[in-house]
Amino acid sequence: MIKLDSKIPKGPIEDKWTSHKFNMKLVNPANKRKYDVIVVGTGLAGASAAASLAELGYNVTVLTYHDSPRRAHSIAAQGGINAAKNYPNDGDSIRRLFYDTLKGGDYRAREGNVYRLAEVSNNIIDQCVAQGVPFAREYGGHLDNRSFGGALVSRTFYSRSITGQQLLLGAYSALSRQVGLGKIKMFTRREMLGLTVIDGQARGVVARNLVTGEIESYAAHAVCLATGGYSRVFFLSTNAMNCNTTAIWRAHKKGALFANPCFTQIHPTCLPLHGEQQSKLTLMSESLRNDGRVWVPLKPGDKRKPNEIPEEERDYILERKYPTYGNLAPRDISSRAAKEACDAGKGVGETGQAVYLDFADAIKRLGKKVIEERYGNLFEMYQLITAENPWEVPMRIYPAPHYTMGGLWVDYNLMSTIPGLFVLGEANFSDHGANRLGASALMQGLADGYFVIPYTIGDYLAGTKFTTVKTDHPEFKKEKDAVADMTKRLLSIKGKRTTDDIHRQLGRIMWNKVGMARNEKGLKEAIQEIRELREEFWKNVNVPGSAEDLNQALERAGRVADFLELGELMAVDALDRNESCGGHFREEYQYEDGEAKRDDENYAYVAAWEFINPGQWNLHKEQLEFEYLKPTVRSYK
Amino acid sequence: MSGNMNLTLKIWRQANANAVGGFVTFNVKNVSPDSSFLEMLDILNEELEAKGEDPVAFEHDCREGICGACSLVINGRPHGPMERITTCQLHMRHFKDGDTIWIEPFRAKAFPVIKDLIVDRSAFDKIIQAGGFISVDTGGVPDANAILISKDAIEKATDAAACIGCGACVAACKNASAMLFVSAKVSHLAVLPQGQPERYQRVQAMVKKMDELGFGSCTNTYACEAECPKGISVRNIARLNREYFNAKLKSENVEA
Repeated sequence: MIKLDSKIPKGPIEDKWTSHKFNMKLVNPANKRKYDVIVVGTGLAGASAAASLAELGYNVTVLTYHDSPRRAHSIAAQGGINAAKNYPNDGDSIRRLFYDTLKGGDYRAREGNVYRLAEVSNNIIDQCVAQGVPFAREYGGHLDNRSFGGALVSRTFYSRSITGQQLLLGAYSALSRQVGLGKIKMFTRREMLGLTVIDGQARGVVARNLVTGEIESYAAHAVCLATGGYSRVFFLSTNAMNCNTTAIWRAHKKGALFANPCFTQIHPTCLPLHGEQQSKLTLMSESLRNDGRVWVPLKPGDKRKPNEIPEEERDYILERKYPTYGNLAPRDISSRAAKEACDAGKGVGETGQAVYLDFADAIKRLGKKVIEERYGNLFEMYQLITAENPWEVPMRIYPAPHYTMGGLWVDYNLMSTIPGLFVLGEANFSDHGANRLGASALMQGLADGYFVIPYTIGDYLAGTKFTTVKTDHPEFKKEKDAVADMTKRLLSIKGKRTTDDIHRQLGRIMWNKVGMARNEKGLKEAIQEIRELREEFWKNVNVPGSAEDLNQALERAGRVADFLELGELMAVDALDRNESCGGHFREEYQYEDGEAKRDDENYAYVAAWEFINPGQWNLHKEQLEFEYLKPTVRSYK
Repeated sequence: MSGNMNLTLKIWRQANANAVGGFVTFNVKNVSPDSSFLEMLDILNEELEAKGEDPVAFEHDCREGICGACSLVINGRPHGPMERITTCQLHMRHFKDGDTIWIEPFRAKAFPVIKDLIVDRSAFDKIIQAGGFISVDTGGVPDANAILISKDAIEKATDAAACIGCGACVAACKNASAMLFVSAKVSHLAVLPQGQPERYQRVQAMVKKMDELGFGSCTNTYACEAECPKGISVRNIARLNREYFNAKLKSENVEA
């Protein structure tokens, strides 16, 4: 029987992390080199963890499916990273960042975790500056801040609209330094396809060499997964094309519980669809909502050009519904407001599936130069993609799947239910509850990698007895055979449908029935449809090429096979959660004004799912305790 | 749909690093002008896969112009005919119905072909590993605002740091020189106060590694800047040369 122990330290919330750091066991500096640690993934969480662990003296092996550790999708984050520095003197504090993040997550995260995140946020900014990350500066040379959704203070540090890139290049440079020093062994173009568990401990991974096709084994004392989120289950999302669930899904099937899979974030400021040939959706930074105003025509079906619609015939939906936060309402709320307007026939553009984001007032108020400085490259990007000029006509935006708050269940030490398997960044479920605030993903990824795992992994290593395990252990052979079998099976089906065709169909099911608004009937249908589609995949997919070659069709097929299992779990989880909270909106549970109706009495728990068979899970519940912030109706009005 | 295009593609295919490659002709139909160039290749690949044939291998990931994974030489130009964008940001509205498009991998001795349009750019990582960083461990750093940096310096640093490491500069250069890439990293760190202690070591170590890896010399044709999707300026190369020269003059730690 699995018992979920969050391991949140006792004591006042301000002291939990400090006293935990003191109480954890330490590994003697001279002994650290005797421990091998594998890090999978080289985004913010993986790169920062790998660099920090190597600096401490551990032997670190890093795997990434990219050609270089500088490509992971953290790089695409535009807007910024939060920290409680209170440099602008506008009333920020660790406590306020804690409060905003917990409330933003609609009270479905652990207080202890969120407080720690707020606490270490300031160290992250210091660390990044020391590495040479070029955050924006004021004329006096001090750091500049901007505002983001869900907060009434300016606490977001940024570097133009390329903050994610600059932070990742910082972590990449720290990682590269350790590679140069020989303390990190870096393996690129390797995709983790299996986790090796020996005597109940995670002792290594099995990965496919994406160039030669060879299945390779890597042994260690502990494994860290930092492999990102699973929004690509929707086919169309803001994620990079290669983002996938495979690493965490294979670990899940080996015994790691999957927490809150239905908590997915639909981001409000994405570019609308252009048509059937679309491969992904493009996100534009939420920072645009600092100065852009979201509106739709007051009258449904109004087909006039935006500039011909007079002020009094416009509905500024967010300003009207949420006067306090206005255009900076959190993501889940803003996305739903856009959907509501489009459902009411007020959507704009050719498809009617878009709302305006208008800068005309801001340009008038601040001048073109200021707006250019703040958002120049976003305006360029918009024009490039849509061939419309946002200086003259308002942008058109629509929500798109973006971030997944759910992920593998971890305790306060970031360890999953498999001893020795740690999960970092978006791949875990830990800090964002049912909705993540803007500029908090970068914060969490780097908090986990730079400032949490270096401590907690030492505690595990120092307190665990290990037997000697090398890659010739029979468990590695077993895992390799399982991977080779699956590969062989995929290549031998030779059916009539392509992987993308099936993936697209899965995406439509997910978007329509497990997307922005969900209901019991739709979720039950989705479960049935996904099961049928999974069967169809294994009978009728066509994966060309060979296993012993660079084979991108095979890579995609393996990932979609896993999405076809995960998609069902997302629907199962959404069906279990008979409440609305954050990104999870169940149509049956709403207030008269359409706001989400949470049920704290019955659903203030983390839903952690144990894999039994494909399509069969056991639910375990971790009750959430709120000592410091009593859950209230989350109002941004 | 009206306005959709039919195109002829001449695509470089090569089974692996040691195989002999060549152009293969494909036809792709009904491409929307709003599709991206890579979406056009997706259509081709899906057709090939449906027939059980090996799809054309090409590298790509974010499709937003920031990860640096996509490459391709399109009609003779790295990242295609438009300026200051990556291949993934190129839209089909810039082509005409009936066009023939030539698609090749980035070509350079230091970037060997792995398969079809995919090349090995790990040489760039090796240059960074040789010195493209500030040596600071996690923890024990001063408060972020204790290091004051002028707006001018931060703008210069950010201009250089915007490099995405795609390698178009190398592909564009007749000598396959990596000077724009290396100079961007050297400049980023050389103009910041945090980069000063290792300033001279860094430039020497990175240039040495670059030379070892088989990149060519810079002969100031500026093709790199012209094809750089991020508009990294050749002024960075001038700065690199100054840094390198100064390192030889001023540094106690001079490499032969």
